Amino acid sequence: MTSPIAPRRAAAKAAARRGTLSGWVFVIPALIAYGTFVIYPLVLGIQYSFYKWNGVGPSEFVGLKNYIRVFTDPTLLASIGNAFVLIAFFTLIPVSAGLVLATLIRSMKPGPFSSLSQTILFLPQIIPLAAAGIAWSWMYAQTGAINQVLNAVGLGALARPWLGDFQTALPAVGLIGSWVLTGLCTVLFLTGIGKIDQSLYEAVRLDGASWWREFITITIPGLRQEIAVLVTITIIAALSSFDIIYTTTLGGPGRATLVPGISIYRIGFTQSNVGLASAFGIVLMILVLACVLPIQRLARASSK
Amino acid sequence: MIVNKTEAILGRVILIVVLIATVIPLVNMLSAALQPADTNPTGLTFTTDPQWINFVTAFEKGNVWRLMGSSLFIVVFVVPISLICATLAGYALGNLRIRGSRFLFIFFILGLTIPFEALIIPLYYEVQGMGILNTQWAVIFPLIGLYMPFSVIWMRAHFVGVPQELSEAARVDGASRWQEFRSIQLPLARPALSALAILLFLWTWNQFLLPVVLISDPLNRTVAGALTFFQGQYSSSIPLLNAGALIIIVPTILVFVIFQRQFIQALLQGAVKG
Repeated sequence: MTSPIAPRRAAAKAAARRGTLSGWVFVIPALIAYGTFVIYPLVLGIQYSFYKWNGVGPSEFVGLKNYIRVFTDPTLLASIGNAFVLIAFFTLIPVSAGLVLATLIRSMKPGPFSSLSQTILFLPQIIPLAAAGIAWSWMYAQTGAINQVLNAVGLGALARPWLGDFQTALPAVGLIGSWVLTGLCTVLFLTGIGKIDQSLYEAVRLDGASWWREFITITIPGLRQEIAVLVTITIIAALSSFDIIYTTTLGGPGRATLVPGISIYRIGFTQSNVGLASAFGIVLMILVLACVLPIQRLARASSK
Repeated sequence: MIVNKTEAILGRVILIVVLIATVIPLVNMLSAALQPADTNPTGLTFTTDPQWINFVTAFEKGNVWRLMGSSLFIVVFVVPISLICATLAGYALGNLRIRGSRFLFIFFILGLTIPFEALIIPLYYEVQGMGILNTQWAVIFPLIGLYMPFSVIWMRAHFVGVPQELSEAARVDGASRWQEFRSIQLPLARPALSALAILLFLWTWNQFLLPVVLISDPLNRTVAGALTFFQGQYSSSIPLLNAGALIIIVPTILVFVIFQRQFIQALLQGAVKG
């Protein structure tokens, strides 16, 4: 990456004083780190994705075969499908719950209770996701707290090993994501609400508007930017989930909770199909971009 | 604020229910961790005879000293190196506005959307080729690179907000660019830097995918990466597994509670600007 040393116009005196090359020196360490461990592996991954290779032996060029397999293999398709189901739990629930909770906390007097609420809500975001997985495996276990509560209230018939049941495993894993991300959303929305002009709230209250009206007409539009940021972050978290699944179900039972991250790990390291795993990695990246770019564009359009 | 009474009470009830749901899994871990180690506990039950000794057993059996040492080793390299590189780059992009900074900014933003899972396979072979597979360096170097886009964008956001007049004044006084950077820009960047340091600490400490894939001996991983080792080690004892996991969670909670205010404030600013 060389910088162009084009002759500068006399008008750009201030800029010219700064020189071009010496400024780039400041960026070089960051570029080396980024280039070596993000851009280079990305290029390498693209290269691998066109080959059939077991990681040690000779490799064979197979063209687009790996990509075709990603979109035709039912197991791989299932893991992409599961990732999209997880968006409901990682994005929809935390963002809507966060909006409601932030509104509730805002309507309380600032004091120890409201700041304690924020701390507690944020806790799940702080602990390792892998530990969250362990905590919830125990909640969902046959002898765990969820079944204990169901038995206690006379719904014992519903009790089951939640993570081992084909019907409930995916939602159960998804709810762990909701648990982790709700606090992040709440705290971010709270600061956003703090920046909304308070007189708007007073005006709408004086008009006798209900809580709901106030929420729809003032809070939500005022938080557009925060909503866009959180939807982006949480969608990325949903599509690239790994830690929680790894420590709870490893993708099972069957392929009920299989997600792209776990598939890539299995294909690449257990089945030693490096090309296919790399192709799936590239597809995952493109899926993330395809979800995130429109959101960014929407957010930018609506803020104008 | 004018809120009517039913709304206020209903709101409070909802909030309390959510707060309880948030802490229950953690309390449930503690309750299980205090049961006798050789029993199979049922749900959320508090014993009258808490077995605090389980924490000692889990600590020893899990080699927690070694794990914490290994995690610290990784953190001690990842955090300062990332901070230095990101501050320099953020300064160049945000304050100097060097030629091509817009392009560089977008180039770094692209990195934010690449999931680690998409890079893990080539990273494995890259790190193997460097001869550092199965050592802590296999996690340290890639993490510095993987956190770089976020860190640079974070620091750039800070430097963009610093008035240009400050730099100009320093230059009029005859300060070199490096002097200006050290004596004017760095002190001003302290809040942004400390928040980034806390974030990088937590992310490194909690990092799971890289250590699991790139370091085969769990005792050389980060503590979070070693949780799988705990799952194997304590598969027969739910109390010990929970005790072990709690020991690993505690340092992150301590860091968070101590630095909470700076942390949340900075996180929010960064997120909204970014």
